[in-house]
Amino acid sequence: MISIFIKEVNEFLNSLIAYVVIGVFLIGIGLLMWVFPDTNILDYGYASLEPLFSFGPYVFMFLIPAITMKSFAEERRTGTIELLQTLPFRDSQIILGKFFAGFFLVLFSVIPTLVYYFSVSSLGNPVGNLDTPGIIGSYIGLVLLGGVFTSIGILSSALTGNQIVSFILAAFLSFFFYTGIDSVASINVWADWSYYISEFGIMAHYSSISRGLLDLVDIVYFVSLIAIMLLLTQLIIGSRK
Amino acid sequence: MSVSIQQLTKVFGEQTAVNGISFEANEGMITGFLGPNGAGKSTTMKMATGYIRPTSGKIIVDGIDVEENPIAAKRIIGYLPEHNPLYLDMYVREFLGFVASAYSLRNAKKRVEEMIELVGLERERSKRLSALSKGYRQRVGLAKSLIHDPKVLILDEPTSGLDPNQILEIRQVIKNISANKTVILSTHIMQEVEAICDHVVIIDRGNMVANDELSKLKEGLGNTSGIIMEFEKPVNTVVFTEAGFELKDYGKNAYLIESDRSDLRAELLRITSEHDLPLSSLTKAQNSLEEIFHRLTQGKAS
Repeated sequence: MISIFIKEVNEFLNSLIAYVVIGVFLIGIGLLMWVFPDTNILDYGYASLEPLFSFGPYVFMFLIPAITMKSFAEERRTGTIELLQTLPFRDSQIILGKFFAGFFLVLFSVIPTLVYYFSVSSLGNPVGNLDTPGIIGSYIGLVLLGGVFTSIGILSSALTGNQIVSFILAAFLSFFFYTGIDSVASINVWADWSYYISEFGIMAHYSSISRGLLDLVDIVYFVSLIAIMLLLTQLIIGSRK
Repeated sequence: MSVSIQQLTKVFGEQTAVNGISFEANEGMITGFLGPNGAGKSTTMKMATGYIRPTSGKIIVDGIDVEENPIAAKRIIGYLPEHNPLYLDMYVREFLGFVASAYSLRNAKKRVEEMIELVGLERERSKRLSALSKGYRQRVGLAKSLIHDPKVLILDEPTSGLDPNQILEIRQVIKNISANKTVILSTHIMQEVEAICDHVVIIDRGNMVANDELSKLKEGLGNTSGIIMEFEKPVNTVVFTEAGFELKDYGKNAYLIESDRSDLRAELLRITSEHDLPLSSLTKAQNSLEEIFHRLTQGKAS
C-alpha cells in the first residue's frame, strides 16, 4: 500500500495536478474569505472562518473529482492496471493507496488555511475572541468531507475508463451526497420522514460537527461512508477480472 | 513441475476464448506458446499471472494455486504483458524502484542498477520512460519482470516491434536467464521459436493443437530438418557414408543430411576439406515449423 501511495503522490507532484489543486483551492478560498464583497469576513463583521467552511465543500466538489478522475480511469485506458494487478498487491492495497494519496493532497490544501485562523484571531475585538472549538470541529468536518469526496471520486474513476465521465459522475455524486439528499428530504411528499432522510446526507452531519460538537455518530457516519465507497470500488475492480 | 495448466477454460460472454487447455512447462526450459492472433494466447497468460480469473480449470505455479493464493504466486512470477504498459511519466530508475518496492526487495537500489545493466539501459537510465523508443521501453518491461528474480517468467510477445538487432539482444537476455527458470513466451515469429524454444505449445481458437518438444514436433509431422550440402560438381559421397552420415538426394549435386548432432556442420566441413571436395554451400534445411504451424492452425478452418 505504501509503495502505491508514494507512487501516486509522486505522480501528483511530478505533474501539475498537485500545484494546481492546492493553488486553486487557496486562491478561491482566499478570494471568498478576504476580497469578494458579498462574502468577505471584513465586511461581515464577525470574527469567524465561516466562508472557508461554507464554500470549502463547493470548491472541493470540483477539485477533488479532478484529482481522483485519473486514478483508475487512466490506468485502465493505458493498460497499466494490468501491470499493477500482476504485481503482488491486493486490490484493497491498490485502492487504499490511491485513496490516501488523494486524501493527502486534500489535507495539504487545507493546512495553509490555518493561517486564516491566526489572522482572524488577531483581527478580533478583543484579540483572540474566536470560537476555537467550533473551528476545530469545522476543520475536522471539512477534512472528513474531503475524505468522502475522495472516496466518491475513486469509485467513479473505477466505474469508467473515461476521465471526463468519471469527473462529472464524481462531481454529481459529491453534490448529491452533500446537499442533494438534504434537498430531497425537504420535499413535502415524505415530510414525516424528512429528518431520517436528511440524516443520510452529508449536510446534516457536517453542520453538526461544524458547531464544535464532536459527536461520535457524525464521525462514524463519515468514516463508514468512505468505507462503503471504497468497498464498492473493490467490488467493481474485482468483478472486472 | 514448475508451471502446470490444467483444463483451463475462459468464457467471455458467449465466446470461449480458451477451451480446456492443459500443458506443463518445466524449469530450465523455454516454452514457446504459439497461435494465430486471437487464439487465446494472451488470455491464457493473463490467467496464469492472476490478472483475470479462469472460468474453470487450474493453474499451479511452483506448487502454488494461482487462484487460491494469488499474492504468493505473483511474487514468483515475472510477467511482461502484451503492449508492455508502463507509467510513462516515470523515470527509468523511479519505475524500477517502484516495482522493487512492490516486491519489497531488500536491496532494491542494487537490483535496479543490476537490471539496468542486464537489459542494456545504461545510457537511458536517467530518462523519462515517455522519452524512450519502443525497443528501450521493451527492455524496461523486461527489467521490470526480472527484478525480483522470478522462478517463472511469462512473456507475452517480448520481441514485437523491435528492430532485428534488438530482437537478437532481447532473445539473448531471455536465453541467458532461462537456465534456472521456467520461461513461457508467446510469439508468432517462427524463427524465434526455432532459435530459443525447447518446447512448443500451439493453440488455435482456444483449443490446443500441439504440445511437444520442438524437435519431436517436427519429426512427428514427417518434416525435414537438417543440413543441405551442395557441391560445384558431382562428387563421390562414400566418404560421408563412411563417417556415419546418411545422405539423401536433394537436387543437382545437393544432399540432405538429417542428424541431431550439434557439431554437424563442423564435421561436414572437416570431411569436405580433408578430401578437398568442391563444396559450394552448406545451409540449414528450410524451417518447417512455419509449415507445421500453418497446417495445424489452418487445417481446421476449412
